[in-house]
Amino acid sequence: MATEVLMPALSPTMEEGTLAKWLVKEGDSVSSGDILAEIETDKATMEFEAVDEGVIGKILIEAGTEGVKVNTPIAVMVEEGEDVPAESPSAETAPAPSALNGSEGKTAAPAAAAPMPEAPKADTSPDWPEGTEMKSQTVREALRDAMAEEMRSTDEVFVMGEEVAEYQGAYKITQGLLDEFGARRVIDTPITEHGFAGIGVGAAFGGLRPIVEFMTFNFAMQAIDQIINSAAKTLYMSGGQMGCPIVFRGPNGAAARVAAQHSQCYAAWYSHVPGLKVVMPYSAADAKGLLKQAIRDPNPVVFLENEILYGRSFEVPVLDDFTIPFGKAKTWREGSDVTIVSFGIGMTYALEAAERLAEDGIEAEVIDLRTIRPMDTDAILASVMKTNRLVTVEEGFPQSSVGNYITSVVMERAFDYLDAPVINLTGKDVPMPYAANLEKLALVTTDEVVEAVRKVTYR
Amino acid sequence: MATRKSTAKSNVSAEELLGFYRDMLLIRRFEEKAGQLYGMGLIGGFCHLYIGQEAVVVGLESTAKPDDKRITTYRDHGHMLACGMDPKGVMAELTGREGGLSKGKGGSMHMFSKEKHFYGGHGIVGANVPLGAGLAFSDMYKGNDNVTFTYFGDGAANQGQVYETYNMAMLWDLPVIFVIENNKYAMGTSVQRATKSPSLWERGAAYGIKGEEVDGMDVLAVKAAGEKAVAHCRAGKGPYILEIMTYRYRGHSMSDPAKYRTRDEVQKIRAERDAIEHVRELLLTGKHATEDDLKDIDKEIKSIVNDAAEFAKESPEPAVEELWTDIYA
Ligand SMILES: Cc1ncc(C[n+]2csc(CCOP(=O)(O)OP(=O)(O)O)c2C)c(N)n1
Ligand SMILES: [Mg+2]
Repeated sequence: MATEVLMPALSPTMEEGTLAKWLVKEGDSVSSGDILAEIETDKATMEFEAVDEGVIGKILIEAGTEGVKVNTPIAVMVEEGEDVPAESPSAETAPAPSALNGSEGKTAAPAAAAPMPEAPKADTSPDWPEGTEMKSQTVREALRDAMAEEMRSTDEVFVMGEEVAEYQGAYKITQGLLDEFGARRVIDTPITEHGFAGIGVGAAFGGLRPIVEFMTFNFAMQAIDQIINSAAKTLYMSGGQMGCPIVFRGPNGAAARVAAQHSQCYAAWYSHVPGLKVVMPYSAADAKGLLKQAIRDPNPVVFLENEILYGRSFEVPVLDDFTIPFGKAKTWREGSDVTIVSFGIGMTYALEAAERLAEDGIEAEVIDLRTIRPMDTDAILASVMKTNRLVTVEEGFPQSSVGNYITSVVMERAFDYLDAPVINLTGKDVPMPYAANLEKLALVTTDEVVEAVRKVTYR
Repeated sequence: MATRKSTAKSNVSAEELLGFYRDMLLIRRFEEKAGQLYGMGLIGGFCHLYIGQEAVVVGLESTAKPDDKRITTYRDHGHMLACGMDPKGVMAELTGREGGLSKGKGGSMHMFSKEKHFYGGHGIVGANVPLGAGLAFSDMYKGNDNVTFTYFGDGAANQGQVYETYNMAMLWDLPVIFVIENNKYAMGTSVQRATKSPSLWERGAAYGIKGEEVDGMDVLAVKAAGEKAVAHCRAGKGPYILEIMTYRYRGHSMSDPAKYRTRDEVQKIRAERDAIEHVRELLLTGKHATEDDLKDIDKEIKSIVNDAAEFAKESPEPAVEELWTDIYA
């Protein structure tokens, strides 16, 4: 049976090309793999091979023809001894499928003259039952307890990282875990972030629930390909088959006097990526409840801790088992004059500023996001619709910050409620300096929060 | 032409040899068809064909037991067919359709099968190597005797994470077989232009890992080396490296102008070293099969591949809702 040979697409972007040269002539026998012609694409000159065996019955497009559209018949192949049909056969052509045009977003565009949107209802349910017994605990102890409890409940959970076992953790977060769980489940790695992050992801594909500790998140930059390309995207790329239940955790952000390479907040970086969940606790209770939740979550979770907060004590509920759900912000302080949104160490400045402002009669509502992705935008919107003013506080760099994203959400969904431009407070747009005075200037401060609130409240 | 001898001692039955012929031919015909569909614009983006390398994966799969794991790079179609994944699902993924193994969301380079313990299909050169060691870690942790075949290219062998992985794999005795498919080129860069230490398997010695070079155009030699590596890993002796010398006949991907090597180089290997021709000769000269038997196999394969192509064309594009699914479990 005669078949048409079609002008091939020889690059991802090729729509037409030049049939530069025929390397066969009518009557030639060819077998699969033989070069039929040279074709110039938009990028290069390519050789075009035969896929079937047969005889070149007729050449339809002459050498040297430019602008030959992909899928145009360029020759007819016949079988040995067969004649070329008078009319060219209808070849195995199928038009290329049309691309999906204009992906439909999840949220419909709002109508032109929309009425004031209604305030969403924030989830304000308590994190644990009223009257629960509380005890004072540091963030460090809370994190350790969270891991130990989850390791007790399932053998699939293990910890790996530099100095996590015998040294008891570079920041003592894994203190005592080696004693209780042994070297099979508490694993010291060589200094090889890229490699052990990948091994962790592979182990998660293999059905385990790894906790990968980075000595600090600055070093996770060496592993970021595995976190994003392997951990975050595989579920999607596999059509839902291959999940990756893993926690990447460790201290993030500025410690003290360790300068540029050891002082950076990665909240905005990771929060950019669909497929990841990003958690950044402030209090010890949240550190514990969120880490337990992270270990149980079937998705990759980036869990950003803070060295300065490790030693701080907070009230933690005395419960056999409690978790904090992702995507639920916590309102630390209610107020009607301004909304301050922060997370992690930024909460320290937000809460201090709120106390000082209260002395002057300005009541700030202070919201701790706790999880950056998923983000509790309802809690932010509900509060802004009440206070009409918003200041965001974080330690990361200003450009493309978490605050920038919050601002865009508020602009789109609560624009008419705003009585002042939103202010995003961040670290300064400089690498972290070493000198004590300069370091102070580079960080966001309580004073700056107070000043920003005065600006948006015009007081 | 004189019949090529296998470099390995005969370690197969006639039946198994016929199976190899069939499996390798399926890969070759499937890839030829994929190339054809690419030319028609039905397959987009990057598409890396496995033509020429068939004996590597077919030889090694013959040494695996069902629960063993495998993971590879973007040049993955052959691996999927060899471990028994449905040709229709693979082809429909290439055309980006609902019936594809990743529902059309992964494409040629990113496919997976939990059922067949195939862990991808990875597009970042070198990244699948620690992932493979991690899979092996999960089996060791669970205390079974599964091994993980971790395939990567000669180009990938220059990535730093490969050596980070060698180090930990040996440190922890992970049951992982590192399979370097040395097809002599990483895109347009020959091994000689990428390194002055061209024996890639010997680099494992720096970490104490045993290994060997294997003739990858001889499926029996691949099988024999694979058996040795598998036995080593299953016995708890840690990782093993196989550097399998092979050759890709086609361009790096479909859009490769192939100016870094001569047509003669390709034709010579095709004519003298082809792995499928080798098995064909062994079957015929050993009187394990007749020309007609082989023709029947050819016919059967052709119809499997045509059915796969038909399915891949007919299967609809994924529903637009699929854009928003499978982001989180
Ligand atoms: C980290 C990374 N760098 C570069 C590329 C682009 N790239 C894709 S394949 C390839 C060549 C790899 O060659 P090799 O490892 O020998 O495998 P082969 O293609 O021969 O199977 C390159 C450079 C990539 N995908 N990932
Ligand atoms: Mg190569």
